[in-house]
Amino acid sequence: MTDEREHDEFGYIVHAAHDTGAAVQAHSTVEPRTDTDEARQPLFRTEDLLLNMGPQHPATHGVLRVVLELEGEKIKKATPYLGYLHRGTEKLAEGKTYNQSIPMTDRLDYICAMANNYAYVRAVEKLLGIAVPERAEFVRTIVGEMQRIIGHLFWLGTQALDIGAMTIFFWTFRERELLLDLFEALCGARLTVSYFRVGGVDPQGDVTPEVIARLRTFLARFPANLEEYEGLLAENRIWLARTKGIAVISGEDAINFGLTGPPLRGSGIAYDIRKAEPYGVYDRVEWEVPVGRDGDTYDRYWVRMQEMRQSARIIGQCLDRLPAGPILLDLPGVTYPSREKVMTDMESLIHHFKVACYGFETPPGEVYCGTETPKGELGFYLVSDGTNKPYRLRIRAPSFINMGAFDHMARGYLISDVITIFGTFDIVMGECDR
Amino acid sequence: MQPIAELIAQQRPGAVLGAAEAFGEQTVLIARDQIVPVCRWLHDEPALAFEQLSDLTAVDWPQAPERFEVVYQLNSIRHRRRLRLKARVPQSACEIDSVHSVWRAAGFLEREVFDLFGIRFRSHPDLRRILMPEDYDEGHPLRKDFPTTGKGWRNTFEFWPAIEPGREVSIDASALNHDWKQG
Repeated sequence: MTDEREHDEFGYIVHAAHDTGAAVQAHSTVEPRTDTDEARQPLFRTEDLLLNMGPQHPATHGVLRVVLELEGEKIKKATPYLGYLHRGTEKLAEGKTYNQSIPMTDRLDYICAMANNYAYVRAVEKLLGIAVPERAEFVRTIVGEMQRIIGHLFWLGTQALDIGAMTIFFWTFRERELLLDLFEALCGARLTVSYFRVGGVDPQGDVTPEVIARLRTFLARFPANLEEYEGLLAENRIWLARTKGIAVISGEDAINFGLTGPPLRGSGIAYDIRKAEPYGVYDRVEWEVPVGRDGDTYDRYWVRMQEMRQSARIIGQCLDRLPAGPILLDLPGVTYPSREKVMTDMESLIHHFKVACYGFETPPGEVYCGTETPKGELGFYLVSDGTNKPYRLRIRAPSFINMGAFDHMARGYLISDVITIFGTFDIVMGECDR
Repeated sequence: MQPIAELIAQQRPGAVLGAAEAFGEQTVLIARDQIVPVCRWLHDEPALAFEQLSDLTAVDWPQAPERFEVVYQLNSIRHRRRLRLKARVPQSACEIDSVHSVWRAAGFLEREVFDLFGIRFRSHPDLRRILMPEDYDEGHPLRKDFPTTGKGWRNTFEFWPAIEPGREVSIDASALNHDWKQG
């Protein structure tokens, strides 16, 4: 009888399908064999499991791939593999004029194209040493903050969806849609906007009274919307269990890993480029930097919720004080002339042609300009050799650098938390891989 | 307050090779064998406290005697101040010490510079390609001598399937090899 006993790979005795209970009992009375290798194996054996996640996974927000080393359900190590969306934006920009790179910045963080435009044109303007008209500064701040609300709404909806709360996804996308409609009214596009110009914003896309009225209607309703979302989440036991104490990072580590934006502020560091190095009209309106305490996923959620409130506050004040005037600097040879002038004035037509085809030359030198986008600090480092194309354009993408802390933040948590940790960074692979 | 370049020079004699201020930004050129001690000091010194490495990248100057320039953008959150460090690396000995021991943010950033420029970072814990495929063997794409359209590998891809089985789709190779930078 003993010869019929088979051991599976884990050392268990495999019973044939026809074995009856009686037969098993009969087996159990037999002394175990000790003379074969199979029999000497221990009954239990533990080994680390290597689990591949992505690049095609609905919760990885794009094409992120992570290889997890697991000990049971616990993450021992998480290794992100990036580059699935690498398009060589930095290399391509070296062959394009400064204006031609604006549409490429839309495709970095494609959720928040306005913010990328803003970061890029600010760097070029710093290199050129030009200041934009007053109304343009207000319009830029308004659309920048609208974009922040859109980005955070998108984040909130998808993070909640990943964790299992579906309703909020529809609610946040409802409000996001209203703002995207306003973008469409401004520049004809919803996502890849290319609304910013060096020296201002698209002169055809001025903020009309109709846009202002619709934006005010939105702002009047928005605080109540936020309370609705919080009503679903803030005291939801599942939400709290899945976010409180998950992916904790201390303030010191957050700085050391280069985190910026809500991941940094969630860890208690009150650093916001809009306050530290003010641009636009951020130093002329009243607003506060919300700061978390514990550095966990819940605090980052809380920070983003408060940031949306602050953004709405900023937009409201900007609308109240929106001055009249041009929204694009008139600097022949650098900025586009107005359409009326192009149609009636010979020199303007020539300038338009030259700016569109050849672009403009910048003084030789290098600038680094960081802008606070919804994801964090989006920096552009431009090296100019005095020609009409950048010698080197470097994009400091917050998603990429935040991803560097992923392993540190994921270790020790459970495999079901990986989805939460993906979401809490608010990463967009277009920006991460560039 | 003294310029930062002078402070560094006092602390580490011979470390500062040059300094410049333009567009309201300070740049200090550091000797490449001094980069880690200088960074460590800039990070630890309370009066400066450059706690964060905002960015780390490189610029390729093929004509220069020391071809590559590794650029460090430092940020002091406490003092709301930025500083740019540079170190030149020649092509013949294309390596520099890693600053990963000072800022862990350098982990990914140095991997990217290694991937796209081919500069090796000594004592980096995990120096692998990060954006390009791991088996990519055409070199380092952000170097200036690397054509924008690649070196031919991607021309071997089949971007679209054959319209009819058996009928070959001919790709106009000259169109793919067109150097968009020139035209």
